[in-house]
Amino acid sequence: MNNHNLKEYWAINIRYVLILISIWFIVSYGFGILLAPMLNDIQIGGFKLGFWFAQQGSIYVFVILIFVYVYLMNKLDIRFGVQEVEEGP
Amino acid sequence: MSVQLWTYIFVGITFSLYIGIAIWSRASSTSEFYVAKGTVNPLTNGMATAADWMSAASFLSMAGLISFMGYDGAVYLMGWTGGYVLLALTLAPYLRKFGKFTVPDFIGDRYYSQIARTVAVICALIVSFTYVAGQMRGVGLVFSKFLEVDIFWGVIIGMAIVFMYAVLGGMKGITYTQVAQYCVLIFAFMVPAFFISAQLTGNPIPQLGFGSKLVDGSDMYLLDKLDQLHTELGFAAYTSGTKSMQDIFFITVALMVGTAGLPHVIVRFFTVPKVKDARISVGYALIFIAILYTTAPAIAVFSRTNLITTVNEQPYDQMPEWFTTWEETALLNWVDKNGDGRITYAPGQAIVGNPEINRTNGEIVRGEYGEVTLLNPLTSTENELYVDRDIMVLANPEIAGLPNWVAALVAAGGLAAALSTAAGLLLVISTSVSHDLIKKQFNPEISDKKELLYARIAAGCAVLVAGYFGINPPGFVAEVVAIAFGLAAASFFPAIILGIFYKKMNREGAVAGMIVGLLFTLAYIGFFKLLYPEYNTPAYWWFGISPEGIGTFGMLINLIVSLAVGMIFPDPPEEVQEMVESIRYPRA
Repeated sequence: MNNHNLKEYWAINIRYVLILISIWFIVSYGFGILLAPMLNDIQIGGFKLGFWFAQQGSIYVFVILIFVYVYLMNKLDIRFGVQEVEEGP
Repeated sequence: MSVQLWTYIFVGITFSLYIGIAIWSRASSTSEFYVAKGTVNPLTNGMATAADWMSAASFLSMAGLISFMGYDGAVYLMGWTGGYVLLALTLAPYLRKFGKFTVPDFIGDRYYSQIARTVAVICALIVSFTYVAGQMRGVGLVFSKFLEVDIFWGVIIGMAIVFMYAVLGGMKGITYTQVAQYCVLIFAFMVPAFFISAQLTGNPIPQLGFGSKLVDGSDMYLLDKLDQLHTELGFAAYTSGTKSMQDIFFITVALMVGTAGLPHVIVRFFTVPKVKDARISVGYALIFIAILYTTAPAIAVFSRTNLITTVNEQPYDQMPEWFTTWEETALLNWVDKNGDGRITYAPGQAIVGNPEINRTNGEIVRGEYGEVTLLNPLTSTENELYVDRDIMVLANPEIAGLPNWVAALVAAGGLAAALSTAAGLLLVISTSVSHDLIKKQFNPEISDKKELLYARIAAGCAVLVAGYFGINPPGFVAEVVAIAFGLAAASFFPAIILGIFYKKMNREGAVAGMIVGLLFTLAYIGFFKLLYPEYNTPAYWWFGISPEGIGTFGMLINLIVSLAVGMIFPDPPEEVQEMVESIRYPRA
């Protein structure tokens, strides 16, 4: 593995992290806090949307974000050949 | 069978299980004691992390807190889950690749400095001790409420159990007991939730139930009904809350970042075999945590609605049996201010301070309607009802009229939550002493056997200290929990993040940042919580930020100081920069 490739691996990783953290921020702090009073005008079923994001939706999104990152990084590790070797038990 | 008998049965079974695991999983080396040899399956670790993380506060107090805070309760829901995204994306995989035993290990090696290591050890000890005292208290409370055992003996029994598996098994014993404890606590939390959700809304899934219509024939959504009840009684609408937006924002950041910086959470990701496992393990952990954290706000809404509709403007002599039982524990009390024999529920405190039951010769003095009378002076508000927040989870099964075994299950779940968190914290304390202090600072030549012995002694002493604080809690225990998160956010988090993502970060910057962030946060919290609690109102806070949220500010100060001071001093040595480079790639 040469240095140039490793630099690219790291740059892509940083890009993934920045994108996912932005979504993390927008959903929790944006929808759940800053825009919550506005979103509360929209009601879905019994939930006001801002309230729902603050007490339910953001948590679901957190879980999804982690699994998306895991998926992306596992693929990236293999693409750049930096995945760990499978060892015996 | 009575609740008490059921409780003895459940507590007996679960405690035997924990002891069985302790005997089966004795640790024989420091690597086994500190990180279970790094061989824990990622799914197992996820479950253990969830139990490690969810404390007596999450299990017993959080739903109750939220039910009184309404929308504002989101600070806990988002704050105590959002940090896992930061862990998965920015911390866990790199710290696993680093591959040592503790957080101070990373700080000390990365910043090539014993001072940095010592500062980290001090932070880890302060954070863990403040946190563990609360857990032991939780154990004592459950014992005294459900089994009528004295708090003293409750704490002693809890200490004995934790001592067995933490001191014998170390991380290995703790991991497998935490898995068992997770199963107990989640089952105990969910069963009443399913029942109550079905009762109120016809939908047994609480996450959907609290957005459904009531089955009482009113054709109203539950949340609309609760908002309406709140407005009628003079409270702010449940779904809008009362805290200022900037305070909500800052508290949420402090809790999230604090979560990601708590040593007993981070260290769990040292126990899996690979970097890949560390990433996915955080995901599993958050799923297991989310099951409880998405149910808690539903329970909050159910119990709040049940409470208001059961008591408000109803005659005291028609209260159900649970009302009178909980009165005698001073968790739910009524003072008839207007003399009409009915319970009036309104905003504000009903009485000054916590209820003190009026007794003569040990007998409770009853009032005109047979109610338990109190010694406390009354306030001038219309409110006649005192409700302790913890009652929302503890009394939930009774309020909903569920069978006795469900109530007993809650007791076993509360104990599981408190014990699992206590054990994780005790391990951090013992590792900090035996590894970070004795091995790394005073006696690097120490043999593995000796180090293991010191780890066990340190764990044993930590259990005793925690037990002491559980029996004699300093008056400010509840207040200092805010310190744990604030300190973790203001000290560890920036140092670790910069250590991983900024190769040129040097020791001078990191140490200066940690110390300034720590002192600033301690001073702010200490000022408002301990020295001058009378000034602890939004009018005096900086930028409207409460002491709970100040860790966010401390973290920013830490970052700025680290970067500024770092610029003056030389870059870190070549081998440190290479180490930083190497932790960025799973293999290389």
